Order: sequence, then structure tokens, then C-alpha cells
Amino acid sequence: MRLLFATFQSPLHPAGPYARAIERLWWVFFAITAVIYVLMLIGFALAVRKGARRKQADLSDEATRSGARFITIALSATTVILIGLLFTSIATGRDISPVDDKVTREIKITGHQWWWEVQYAEARPDMIVETANELHLPVGERVKLILDSDDVIHSLWIPNLHGKRDLIPGYDGVLTLTADKTGTYRAQCAEFCGLQHAKMAFLVIVEPKADFERWLTAQRLPAPFPKTADQQHGQQVFLTSTCVMCHAIKGTSAGARTGPDLTHLASRRTLGAGILPNTLGNLHGWIANAQTIKPGVLMPPNPLEPNDLHALVAYLETLQ
Amino acid sequence: MNDQELHLRLSATWHKPTGLWGWLTDNHHTTIGKRFIITAFVFFILGGIEALIMRTQLALPENHVVSNDLYNQLFTTHGSTMMFLFAVPVMEGLGLYFVPLMIGTRQMAFPRLNQFAYFSYLIGGVLLYVGLFGNFGPDAGWFAYTPLSGPEFSPGKRVDVWAQMITFTEMAALGGAVSIIATVFKHRAPGMSLNRMPLFVWGQLVTSFMIIFAMPSVMVASGMLATDRLIATHFFNKAEGGDNLLWQHLFWFFGHPEVYIIFIPGTTMMSTLVSAFTKRPNFGYLGMVLSLIATGFIGFGVWVHHMFATGLPQLGLSFFTASSVLITIPTAFQFFSWLTTLWHGKIHFHSPILYSFSFIVIFLIGGLTGVMLASVPLDWQLHDTFFVVAHFHYVLIGGAIFPLLGALTYWFPKLTGRLMNEKLSVVTVSLLFVGFNVTFFPMHQLGLMGMPRRVYTYLPNLGWTNLNLLATVGAYIFGLGSLLFVLNALISARIGVIAGDDPWGGADLEWATASPPPAYNFLYVPTVRDRYPLWSMEPDQPLVTGLATDRREILVTKLMDAEPDHLYETPDPSISPTLVALGAGIGIIAAIFNPWGVPIGFVLAGLGLLGWFWPKPPHKELLEPQP
Repeated sequence: MRLLFATFQSPLHPAGPYARAIERLWWVFFAITAVIYVLMLIGFALAVRKGARRKQADLSDEATRSGARFITIALSATTVILIGLLFTSIATGRDISPVDDKVTREIKITGHQWWWEVQYAEARPDMIVETANELHLPVGERVKLILDSDDVIHSLWIPNLHGKRDLIPGYDGVLTLTADKTGTYRAQCAEFCGLQHAKMAFLVIVEPKADFERWLTAQRLPAPFPKTADQQHGQQVFLTSTCVMCHAIKGTSAGARTGPDLTHLASRRTLGAGILPNTLGNLHGWIANAQTIKPGVLMPPNPLEPNDLHALVAYLETLQ
Repeated sequence: MNDQELHLRLSATWHKPTGLWGWLTDNHHTTIGKRFIITAFVFFILGGIEALIMRTQLALPENHVVSNDLYNQLFTTHGSTMMFLFAVPVMEGLGLYFVPLMIGTRQMAFPRLNQFAYFSYLIGGVLLYVGLFGNFGPDAGWFAYTPLSGPEFSPGKRVDVWAQMITFTEMAALGGAVSIIATVFKHRAPGMSLNRMPLFVWGQLVTSFMIIFAMPSVMVASGMLATDRLIATHFFNKAEGGDNLLWQHLFWFFGHPEVYIIFIPGTTMMSTLVSAFTKRPNFGYLGMVLSLIATGFIGFGVWVHHMFATGLPQLGLSFFTASSVLITIPTAFQFFSWLTTLWHGKIHFHSPILYSFSFIVIFLIGGLTGVMLASVPLDWQLHDTFFVVAHFHYVLIGGAIFPLLGALTYWFPKLTGRLMNEKLSVVTVSLLFVGFNVTFFPMHQLGLMGMPRRVYTYLPNLGWTNLNLLATVGAYIFGLGSLLFVLNALISARIGVIAGDDPWGGADLEWATASPPPAYNFLYVPTVRDRYPLWSMEPDQPLVTGLATDRREILVTKLMDAEPDHLYETPDPSISPTLVALGAGIGIIAAIFNPWGVPIGFVLAGLGLLGWFWPKPPHKELLEPQP
């Protein structure tokens, strides 16, 4: 049965201890309820067969007594099973909600209509790493996600790592988790959040610690100054058109915070919050008119001259 | 006075006004009940069409049947319609029609309140659909979570339409509930003590009490949302001292009991059908009644299981897991009782019992997945995915729609005087059963594959395509089954086999009168000596005589043992309740655009109330000195 399920966005393919505990609980519940269902259907079929074959209804006292016996036994069994399931569930709940605070790092995730802002906390402000729609995690480390929203309620759900937790504006939600298997997992907003709730996804990249540190260090750097004339023209396009009203690129004068930080855009794997592979062609299309790809997205169409658009994309491609 | 003469006199006194004027003034419970049922079915069809459009959109990834904007309106309207405009009203409608017949009285208590309730419901429902067809249908979900539904993130009038519709239709539900409770408590035929009431009537009683406690919560919430949007009260705005989670508590404090408000009548219809088609009293009557009452109570203690993912403290959540698991036990009792009754009864295979069998096979899955969702860790994974969509359709369609259609097939002869076509009914129930499972079973798996709810589309590389396509095929089969049911009802009402008073050999008093019942319901109000009165009717069973024939007089009995207490005159037809509903409706619609709508509505409704409460001169014989 496991083979039927998609692997990179599924609670049944855990890549961390908490998701694994929930998966185990699922199979316990599944097995027990499946057995109950089959038993009940057998009982039902027998009752119908018996009732269909009778000449007339049995109204005797003996029937009443045997019926009462059956109901008493069946109800007692139900109660015992339910209590068993209840305590199994509570035990799992305790295992996956550690009360201690021993984590290696804190990551702040802020929901926006309709993208995810990710911020790696550091004591020194210049060390803070900011990215979007992509969460990199070192394998085997326990991290604390601090969840907030900038507008409406969203819900963070990385099924391969843990259950979901809402991002409620004004509340700081906390989700502690560990990933113990490297790989790429998909996550998707789970609370209806408006027009583009369906297209608000992100990738979780669990990598070896060394790779993670390398990535983090690279992300701390400001954007490099463009080398070729084309790329330099692209930067000018960026800084003089509507782009700069919403987006930031560290190392330039662009510092707006309405849209995702683009300092390392080219290093990300997807565009538009996990819905398109980050390729040249897609980036062209996205900038020219994101509305056709993700209707209702807050990014307006950008009617740029073709050579300006090419230069802009060439510049953005340098933002590794 | 012989029977013929009595019939003529009572017919004249209880005469139902006809024509347009009659439509606006009649307050007879059979008229109002039937109207509720028919109107609810119209909304059911509309809600079903919305569901089919959504399924068509989801049949393929990145499909373009509807835009995301329209899709959001459709799923909001579908949910709101099915919950507020179909399920609750249709159950209440059956209660309004059958409770007086089953307890042996001529009229509901507070008939004008029912008339008012019907028109409020109608106006509220039409308002929602005017919104949808005018492209200002609500689009924040049937749960309308703040702040998404608040003034900042839902500008325009869409959510206002939703909020006012809720307030208005829930007022209608409250009116019906008050009336049903008073009727059940005070109008029962002599001898029908509380412990002899049919289970269906018990279900209506418990449901009505739940409505009285649950609906105010959502009305308060929708009222606060409307004022937040209209006059900036900031109840749900954290930045101004309000609170977003408050909405969820208020909404689910109503929202979960709502499920049982729909489900309890379903289970009691099950009991009615199982007993009627096995010719055997239900096993464990006392346990059945206690199960209904227990469900009613515990139903108010489980609402937080809709909010497990909000980050409330773990210890508190465990209590709601426990209560959500606990509520399984009363329903399990009912299940075992039905099995026992089937075992010891003589099953007569007619189409209504096939609906009951579908209930057992389908609802059981919904109940068991409900136990899974009660678990906090499992819910964290399954919440807001298609697994939940599968779960609650198994519960609500399996637990309420199947028994409802079965009960309607069973009661159809009482409603129309004719039987529904049996062969068509068997085809209908088969199509519904197959279509339902093909639609909703794959959704469990989609949820486990990570597909969230309320998405207007999905990407092709996620592996969700085949199951979605299968679900869409199933939806069309289910739609065909529903269509067949409606066609069967329409055709059979005209040319079906004449049923006679009691085609099934039923046990309850509704079968003791003509089909359809005359305006006065019973020529003589019957008396009752046990729980299944028609199965134990003695040849010399006493009848109630002496009720006035020149006015709408009914016998009021005592609450516990239904001993005769006093006589009471119920009101004649009047236009006032309709005018009150109309006045309040104008006010509530105006209030979408301007706060002045509220006082205007009060004044208009108040004018109607003047007519409603205008004193009537007492009857002559009451003024004359008694000898």
C-alpha cells in the first residue's frame, strides 16, 4: 500500500522522528479500525441474513436477554478499545511535543499571501539570512520554527517531517522538529488563505551539515556586482522599474520588504512559491506577467521592453 | 354529531387558505413542513451542482473550468448551502411535518413562529444565491476565518452577504426549534408519556435543544463579523485589542454541535426504518434515548478538535481528544441496537431499508475516521486535507442524507398519498451508494498523499491526478442518483400507486390518519398505551372528544405523563408573520450597505409584530356566564 503514495509530500514517508511517530500511530489506528470495520460488517451481514430468513420477528424474552447480552459485551469492548487508542494517542502526542528548549537554531517563518518568508535567526543582525519559499535544514539537528503571519492565517505543513501548525497573525507559533533523512520534501499551505491558497508551496531541503553550512555562508553574502554590460543594464532596469517597490537585493539600494528577498534568487529551485522550476524561460514569463501563472498574485504584470526584460533576467541569474 | 358532520365542521375550521394569499398566510404545520422540505431540496440541488462544477475543475491538474475566484465562491456557497440551507432546514422541516402527526395533535405550538421562520429562511437563502449569481458570492469559506473574512482582506460585500445570511437563517432554525420543543412537551396525545415517545420525536427534541444552545454562538459571531466589517468594531482584530482565535472558538462552538444537529435526526430515522421494516420494536429504547441525549451534551464539548493545529496547549487538547472519543460510545450503542433489531426482526426488503443498510456500511467508515481525527498527532497530519473532506462526507451523507432519503421514501405516501416507484428507488439507492463511495473513498488516500483542502487546482507532478479523476466520475454517478430521486418523487407524486392510510403497517400515529392527512390531522385525537401505538391498538382504544369544532382548539397535556391539562386555541392564518420576516429581511439586507438598515429593519419588523400580537376578541361562549 505504501507504494501508492507520493513520496515527497506525504505523512506516510517520514523523514524525521516526529513524523515517524505519527506514522506509527497512523498504522496502529488504521489496523485497529480496519479490524473493527470488518467485524462490524460481518455482524451486520449475519444479522441481515438471520433477519431475512425469519418467518416473523422474535419478540420473546429470551431474544431480549440475548440482545442485551450482545450489546453489553460489544459496548464494553468498544469502550476498552477506545480507551486504548486514546492513551496510545496521548503517549505519541507527548513524544512529539518536547517541552525542553534544546535546539541548535531558530528559524522564523512568516506567511504572506501567497509565499513564505524564511529567516535564520542570528545574534548579529548582519549574519541573519533571509530567503523565501525554501527551507534548508541540516540533517539530524533539532530546530525550532517560529511561525507568524503578515496577513491572514496560513498553516505550515511539512508532512514528511511533522504535523501542521497554523501561522496566526499576532501569535508566535512554535514547531520543533528534526529531519534525519536528507532529501527534498514539498510543503504546502494547509489553511485556506484566499485566492492563491492552492499555489502557496515551498521546498524543504535537508542536507548534510557541511552542505548546509556552505549554503548558509553563501546566503549571508550580499549580491555580487554584475560583470557584463548586459547584466549591469539589467540591474539598472531592476532599480529603476517597479521591481524595487517590493523586492530587496542586498548590496544594492533595493530594500523593500513587501515581496520575497531576491538577493540569492538564482540559488533557489522554484519560482512563485514552489509552483514553477526556476528556469530562464519561467523567470521571463513570471516577470512579464505572473498573473497568467498565478492569477491574483500580488506581483503586477511588468510590460518591459524585450531587451530590458532579457537584461533583467540575465542580472537576476547572477544572484547565486 | 356523526363522523361525516364532524369532518365537515373541522375541515371548515382548519381550512388551509389557497392561492397566493394562502401561500403568504397559511401557518399549518404540514404546509410549513412541506415547504421547508421542498425549498431545502431546491438548495440541495443547487449545492450539488456547485459540487459537480468543483469536481469537474479538479478532475485534471491545472484545469481551467472555473477561475480561482469563482472556485472559492463555489466551495464557500456549497458548504454554506449544505449546512445552513439544506441539512438543518430539511431535518427541521421533517420535524415540523411529522412531530405533530406522530404525537397525535392537530397543530404545532407557535405556528406563526414557524411561518416567520420559513420566510426568514427563504429570504436568507435567496440572498446567498443572488450573491453567487451576481458574482458577489462569499469566498472566505463556510467557516469564514478572520482575518481573511475581515474588512482588510475581504473588501467588497461578499462576506457581508454570508454573515447576514447566517444570522437570518439561523434565526429561522431557532424559531423552528422553539416550536418543536413546545409541541413535544405540551401537545402529546393523552397517554404518550415521555418514555413512550417515538425515537424520531426524541431525536427532534434533542436536536432542537442543541439548536437553541448552538445557533446563538454563530449568530453572535456573524453579527460581530458584520459589525467589524461595517462599523469597525475590531472584535477580531488583534492589532486593536481583538482576537482572531475568538472567531474560531465561537464558530466551532456552534460548528461541531451542528454536525450532531444533522446527524441525530439521521440516526432516529434509522431507528424508525429499522423498526418499521423488521416489524420489531427497537432494542434498548431507554439506551437509545439516553444515547441521543448524551450525544447532545457531549457534542458541545468537542469543538476544539477543529483547532488542534492552532497551537493551543497540549494538555488542554488531550481533554478534547477524550471527549471526541467519548462521543463514539452513544453512537456505538445505537449501532449495536440496530444490529440486534435486524437479527431478531423479520426483515422486509423495501427500498427504504436499503438506504438504512447504506447508512451502516458508509457511516461506519466516517465514524472510524472520526476516531482517527480525534487523535491530536494524527489530526496534525490529516487536518485540512482531503482526508477530512472524505471523513465528513462519510459522516454527513452516510449519517444524514442516506437515512433522510430512506425516510422520505418511507413517508412519501403520507406526504402525497402515493408510493414512490419501488424499482426506480432501488436503482436510485444503488447509484447513490456506488457513486458516493467512488467519489469519497479515494479522497482518504488523496489526503494521505498530501493534498490539502480548498485548493482550486493542483500541479500535475504530485501524483494526485488519477484519484481525482476517479472521484469526479463518482460525483457524476452520485449526481445521477440524486436526480433520479427527485424525478421519482415528482413522477410518483402524480402517478404513483395510491398508498392508503398505512401502506407499511407502521407503528406510529402518523399512520393512523389519511394520506395525506386532512387539515385537522385526526378526526378524533387518539390516546396511546405504549411506545408503538398502532401495533398495540385495542379495538376499544379511547379517543379524545369534546374539542371545539368552530375554532382551532387543541388539547394541551402535561409534560411528563401527557395527562390532559387544558384546551388551547391556536391562531388562524395571518399575513403578519410573513410581514415581520419581510421587514427584518429588508433591514438585514440594507444593513449590508449601511448601518441604518438595522433600525429600519427593527421598525418594519415591529409594524408586522403589531399585527401579530393584535388582541383577538374572546369567543362568545366564553363571555357568556356558564350554567
